[in-house]
Amino acid sequence: MTLRFADLRVGLELPTRAHTATNVSLFMYNAAVWNPHRIHYDAAYTTEVEKYPAIVIDGPLQGDWLSQCVLNWLGDAGDLTRFAYSNRRAAYLGETLVTGGTISALDASARTAELELRVTNERGDVTTPGSATVKVRA
Amino acid sequence: MALLTDEHRRWIGREDAPVTVEVSRRDIVKYAVATDQLQEKYLRGDEAPPMFVFNLFGPLRKLEDMRADGLPRAQGGGPALPLKRVMAGGTELRMLRPIRAGDTLTATSRITDMVEKSGAQGPLIFTVRTTRITDASGALVLEEIQTAIAR
Repeated sequence: MTLRFADLRVGLELPTRAHTATNVSLFMYNAAVWNPHRIHYDAAYTTEVEKYPAIVIDGPLQGDWLSQCVLNWLGDAGDLTRFAYSNRRAAYLGETLVTGGTISALDASARTAELELRVTNERGDVTTPGSATVKVRA
Repeated sequence: MALLTDEHRRWIGREDAPVTVEVSRRDIVKYAVATDQLQEKYLRGDEAPPMFVFNLFGPLRKLEDMRADGLPRAQGGGPALPLKRVMAGGTELRMLRPIRAGDTLTATSRITDMVEKSGAQGPLIFTVRTTRITDASGALVLEEIQTAIAR
């Protein structure tokens, strides 16, 4: 069912989605964005040299997952015109991260919605907050 | 104490050399698979998800120019700052139209602001870098605003 502006309310929650990165998915992501930093695929180097507890999940990958939270909810009903995120806490291989969001404001004349977004870890900490603006077609 | 000098501020507005990239369907599909996209338009590579632009215009260095940690030597343009620990402060994207397979995109990046603030643990320098991504016709496709925080 296509989303319509008239059905949106401030406080409405976007569907959540869990992401569990694997060694393979992190390798593929870092290959795709051409990021050779060893903290994303070399466990011994990551813990022994850079002293992280485990392989680090890329901040921009969490940003992508957060943008998908909006894009998958919106579908073809409108356009994502602005997306912002900020990596506040590190996340490590083995963690499951959950993306979610809330409608924080609506502008009926422009048919735009402002969204507050967050990536949350299993302890409930927000690793990556974000925000977005969507313009709904009808 | 003023950490930012007129010399630093002269970097504001200075433009880096533009970088041009051809967007291939296959590159979009690789990105879509690696990021676990659900929508067919991304998985087929018709359209790129917005975060596809991350590092799309980054330098491709030779192996001999890589450090032992995997990162290229001498990264990043901009003035040497008196504060050395740099963190990513945040990224904002403004999308005017989707990126599609076959697009030829040009990115032009410049420092748009440098501000000194006092944090709880001492001074902070915020550097804002804006990248404008245009298509072959010169139309703006996407604007990226990145903030780096030095402390």
